[in-house]
Amino acid sequence: MKAIGIVLAGGDSKRMQALSEKRAVPAMEIGCSYRCIDFVLSNMSNSNIQTVAVLSQFNALSLNTHLNSSKWWNFGRKHGGLFLFTPTITPDNSWWYRGTADAMWQNVEFLKSRHEPYVIIASGDCVYKMDFNDMLDYHIAKQADVTIACAKLPEWDVGSRYGVVQMDKDGLVAEFEEKPLEPKSDIVSAGVYILRRRVLIELLEQCNEEGRYNFVTDVFMRMTGSKRIAGYMIPGYWSNIASLEGYYRTNMDFLKKDVREFFFKEDPPIYSKSHDLPPAKYNNGADVKNSLVASGCIINGKVEDSLLFEKVFVGTNCVIKNSIILNSTYIGDDVYIENCIIDSGETLVNGSRYVGENGKIKVIAERRDRFEQIINDNKS
Amino acid sequence: MMHKEMIAMLLAGGQGSRLGVLTSDVAKPAVSFGGKYRIIDFPLSNCINSGIDTVGVLTQYQPLVLNSHIGIGIPWDLDRNSGGVTILPPYERSDNSEWYSGTANAIYQNLKYMESYNPEYVLILSGDHIYKMDYESMLEFHKLKGADVTIAAIPVPMEEASRFGIVVADDNRKILEFEEKPENPSSNLASMGIYIFSWEVLKNALLALKDQSNCDFGKHIIPYCFNNNKQLYAYEFNDYWKDVGTLGSYWEANMELIDLIPEFNLYEEFWKIYTKQSTIEPQYLCPDSNIERAIIGAGSQICGSLKNCVVGSCVDVGKGTVINDSIIMEGTKIGANCHIEKAIIAEGCVIGDNVEMGCMEEAVSELNPSIYAFGLATIGANSVIPSDVKIGKNTAIKGETTKDDYPQGELPSGGFIVKGGDVE
Repeated sequence: MKAIGIVLAGGDSKRMQALSEKRAVPAMEIGCSYRCIDFVLSNMSNSNIQTVAVLSQFNALSLNTHLNSSKWWNFGRKHGGLFLFTPTITPDNSWWYRGTADAMWQNVEFLKSRHEPYVIIASGDCVYKMDFNDMLDYHIAKQADVTIACAKLPEWDVGSRYGVVQMDKDGLVAEFEEKPLEPKSDIVSAGVYILRRRVLIELLEQCNEEGRYNFVTDVFMRMTGSKRIAGYMIPGYWSNIASLEGYYRTNMDFLKKDVREFFFKEDPPIYSKSHDLPPAKYNNGADVKNSLVASGCIINGKVEDSLLFEKVFVGTNCVIKNSIILNSTYIGDDVYIENCIIDSGETLVNGSRYVGENGKIKVIAERRDRFEQIINDNKS
Repeated sequence: MMHKEMIAMLLAGGQGSRLGVLTSDVAKPAVSFGGKYRIIDFPLSNCINSGIDTVGVLTQYQPLVLNSHIGIGIPWDLDRNSGGVTILPPYERSDNSEWYSGTANAIYQNLKYMESYNPEYVLILSGDHIYKMDYESMLEFHKLKGADVTIAAIPVPMEEASRFGIVVADDNRKILEFEEKPENPSSNLASMGIYIFSWEVLKNALLALKDQSNCDFGKHIIPYCFNNNKQLYAYEFNDYWKDVGTLGSYWEANMELIDLIPEFNLYEEFWKIYTKQSTIEPQYLCPDSNIERAIIGAGSQICGSLKNCVVGSCVDVGKGTVINDSIIMEGTKIGANCHIEKAIIAEGCVIGDNVEMGCMEEAVSELNPSIYAFGLATIGANSVIPSDVKIGKNTAIKGETTKDDYPQGELPSGGFIVKGGDVE
């Protein structure tokens, strides 16, 4: 592969409510067994990209822990590898990453030291499966200066939180509007760019001189009109999780047969770090229907149209409907949950009730201390 | 010179013939267990959890599955720059070449491997048992007692003691006597086939007995050490330890995992069991699934009713199918409207629709009554069973079967169909 990969894994998203208190968006759990960044990393690995840099600074603990070894995505190689770059203080810089372009600029020495002619820049907050080789071939065939991957917006999503693209009949980008109030098309930027490495370095240099820091608004959008920009439609499923609705819907999409088979069964696979958990266990009283259950779960109650992530414990007489229960959550007996996202590591006490009224999704993040709770339960 | 305090030698070359068709393509240590594991995962995980990072795995019988399972040892963190896991098959030499003819002979043939690590102690393990054990505390015991050989031993019920190799020890745990399957046992401490040897003692014994035919630890090496006044001690182990040598005990050990709080608990954070995982995705339970008392592996898709089942990874169960008291291994696909009772279905099988299995009155196996008993229907790996057939109890099937193999659409109890290859 003639490109290196850069994953922009920043991402504080206020739209995620309490869920992003604990982790950056790319580290959000998806489809019971993955973290969001697994999709872009697996895509890069499966496209034979050997060198990938992940740029992150916001609430990076979960992400750093997840990326503790490059083995899981097959990046542990003598040539290339997986690099995690967080801001560092150097003699001539003591800033955090002031934006996506600044994040790349602060690591420009890394970019300069590589030999691959192209760079693929991708965000870490999308769920999709694609071969970057096809996109690079398209980029070369279109003789473009930069190619941007595009996707059709899912019906439930709103264009006003994306870069909205209008393409001409040659597959070139005719118009690009960043987060327009009234989107003129349902084709949006999927946050993936291909361009020449030398061109990127020049653009970043210029950007830095002018005191600009954002890749989309300060680099990419200023190229529209003067440069040849191609738009590459991502084949297959694509979804962005950086909003509460996006996160909920994307996860729920995995209950659909075609989505499940696309990501779980069809080659190439999506990789993630294994947590070596035992198989899921169903005890007396378990009644699970139309749901996904990850390894390490122990279920004693009723679960319907829901996703149980790794190591969830469901007590007896519980009812869980239309909900997403993130990993390592302990749910006591007689708990009722409907239309909720329960954050990871939560402890829900016996007999409690959590309902997102009128079909609206409710995020539960009580951050109760589990062991304190167990002691109190034993006292009473 | 490289130096490791203790290295482990894991004997994984045995067939385990009493597991019948389950081991016709794989060595016993590679047989699946508990939904996602293989038997060898237990000693391998015990090694790494005990701080042993150098493990030689001796293979001989049907090593393909075992080799690809172990690979370079990544799942157990045994991919090391020095040490790690090494597969040790029998090899050809200029003077004479021989297969591994006994447990000790196999270790003898790998003296050079052991010597290259310059160890102080060697741990001998077999890949046949389900247990969690800290070999490091066994080593501490070995050092504390100043032992030359330490044998792990587990108390068994007195009435069963005559099935085992029994050690008789004094209050200080020094071994006074051995009894091999005694009629009137004088102790109930059974040898678990786990030994720690001080390196020089092992080396000398192996060299002294190198011409012994079928040289075996229990029969030759241990008696040799004992008769040469070496210090032999018994390390008592009082936790879960299960021999899964027969189809009955294998089935039972799997079923025990389903208990509300199983005696052998895989859900504890402490002392994890590692395995090579080919799938990480969640399992999907269809709108009409019905599952109680079961454990199910990653990536499975269940649309039927399961009760008291241990199901491996990537298993598909069709709509309307009812399965009770059964073990279904990785990658097996079962069609719709089947009814399966008390069966062991090995990896990669394809079973059609409307199949009845484990039905009819029990009858003695015509293939081998000492293996195919317990009322189980046993299906070997990668077998194919056509739609609309009935299969009785104490049956064995191996290979791609078609309707023609089932006269009147039936395989009566005690019957067998074995295609392609010999099976005991």
